Amino acid sequence: MIEDHDILNVDAPELSAAERFYLPQILDGMGTTIRHMGHSLFKRPMTVQYPEERRELRVENYRGVHRLNRDEQGRVACVACFMCATACPANCIHIEGAEAPWDDREKYPAKFDIDELRCIYCGMCEEACPVDAIELTPRYDLVGRTRAEMILDKEELLVIYDQTKGEKARKNPPITGYPRMAGAAALDPESETEGEQA
Amino acid sequence: MREFFTSQFGVSITFSVMVIGALLGITTYCIYFERKIAGWVQDRYGPNRVGPAGIFQLVADGIKMVFKEDIIPGHVDKVLFLAAPAIIIIVSFIGFAAIPWGGQWELDGHLVNIQVANPDIGLLYILGVASMAIYGLVLGGYSSNNKYSLFGSLRATAQMLSYEIPLGLCILVVVLTLGTLRLEHIALAQTGYWFGIIPQWNVFLHPVPFVILLITSLAESNRTPFDLPEAEQELVCGYHTEYTALKFGMFFLGEYAHMITASALISVLFLGGWHFPWIPWAQPEATSFFAVLVKIGVLGGKVVFFIFLMMWLRWTLPRFRWDQLMRVAWKGLIPITLALFILTAVLVYFGLERSIWTLVGNVVIVAGALLIAGSFGREVTGRTTNLPPIPSGPFSPGVGGVGASA
Repeated sequence: MIEDHDILNVDAPELSAAERFYLPQILDGMGTTIRHMGHSLFKRPMTVQYPEERRELRVENYRGVHRLNRDEQGRVACVACFMCATACPANCIHIEGAEAPWDDREKYPAKFDIDELRCIYCGMCEEACPVDAIELTPRYDLVGRTRAEMILDKEELLVIYDQTKGEKARKNPPITGYPRMAGAAALDPESETEGEQA
Repeated sequence: MREFFTSQFGVSITFSVMVIGALLGITTYCIYFERKIAGWVQDRYGPNRVGPAGIFQLVADGIKMVFKEDIIPGHVDKVLFLAAPAIIIIVSFIGFAAIPWGGQWELDGHLVNIQVANPDIGLLYILGVASMAIYGLVLGGYSSNNKYSLFGSLRATAQMLSYEIPLGLCILVVVLTLGTLRLEHIALAQTGYWFGIIPQWNVFLHPVPFVILLITSLAESNRTPFDLPEAEQELVCGYHTEYTALKFGMFFLGEYAHMITASALISVLFLGGWHFPWIPWAQPEATSFFAVLVKIGVLGGKVVFFIFLMMWLRWTLPRFRWDQLMRVAWKGLIPITLALFILTAVLVYFGLERSIWTLVGNVVIVAGALLIAGSFGREVTGRTTNLPPIPSGPFSPGVGGVGASA
């Protein structure tokens, strides 16, 4: 039940004679607009002239286009564990794993496609990745002429890494060598990795 | 051949062709400046992509407008539907004929008027032509066979009728003061000086009719804050909802042409037309070709000032509510202008129509209006007192009922 003392009466304030004569108020408003006009003409409008100049991103961890990180030898860092594809709520990641040609890991992605039109840029893939291979970059101006063009494959995602590694380094120091989850063991000593090592 | 072109008739024909060309250019550039001013007021740049500072934007707009599909809906009355934009644009442009742009020009030993036509009833001609513009609005909405367009037309009709009364009364004040309807004579009558410095412009005699004429001109040309006939929140687009491409563009251009006519008329009636103090070429004695150019420039400058003022007002004020619009006209402007009209008539009777008493009378009338406005009818909307009282109870949702018991 609403008590009387909780009620705030917000009647419109009574207008004075000058206010009901309109003109003083109109002149007041014209003063405001001419001030803005002067500001735009002699100082600078607020507008950011987009293609030529860009606003600085206000957040460091802006979630833009994905990239696939490379390890320090320039190979794709992904180990095709499907964690990101499983975590993805939009089902936009398609991975085909294959036997790794290198002997420090078992699998690598033969195919790694992200449908950027399906993606909702939630960042779950980044959270899920055990080797920090997939990351979201601050790039927000991804465009394409066709839908097929907006499905980025592995090579394109690696190129985005090359282009953006200057503005955003890999989040964590990359886990080098992948000696049977040794890195994971160091992070999580209570896991069962010791048994595997034995 | 030379005699033909140096006669008044030849000069009128040449000048009318020039005026039509210049006006078409100026009205289209008005659209560019409107957008620029809108941008500046809203802390933006306005159009700045096409050409330096966006000056070719209107070329792009024009090409777009011409090449868009021109749809004539199946449910319209075709003849009237096609006639409406034509009426608007013709009526907006022929009003310029009687505007005295440049005084007189001494050509081959005789004087010609830099004016397309100089009829005795120039002022009546402009008023009559301007009133014809309503046919365009009414027919546009009526022939569209669309409820919202018809609403727009109805609003346009009521608004035009209401605001033509104070408009006509303001002009009558000038006509009574100067005793002529010929616009060239009205401009000439304002070329003297008081105390050697103050030009005898009518605005110094009658500032209040000047302001009211400005307000009613806004209403007559359907500019914000009086653009209720095309209130997009309520009526889609009002009378031009069904129009596309070039026909819509004609409505659009007609509005700006109307603005220019109104500005030129106000300049001639209240600001001395082509006259400007301290400029020797903008005096009635100067009749050289250069003086004509200067006079056209002076009147053009005044017109530009009023157009800027109208655009400035447009991007300052929100639209009036319909009842406010009607109240401003019938309870505000018409009584004040009537009082001013009677005041002028009395002063003319005593031969004081160009004395300080006009100014005193203006101030007294405004003070009286303020006094009346301050002492009568304090309700804000005029509606709250008529609502039936909401029964107050523990669960009454009404603010009035519960609030009243507190």
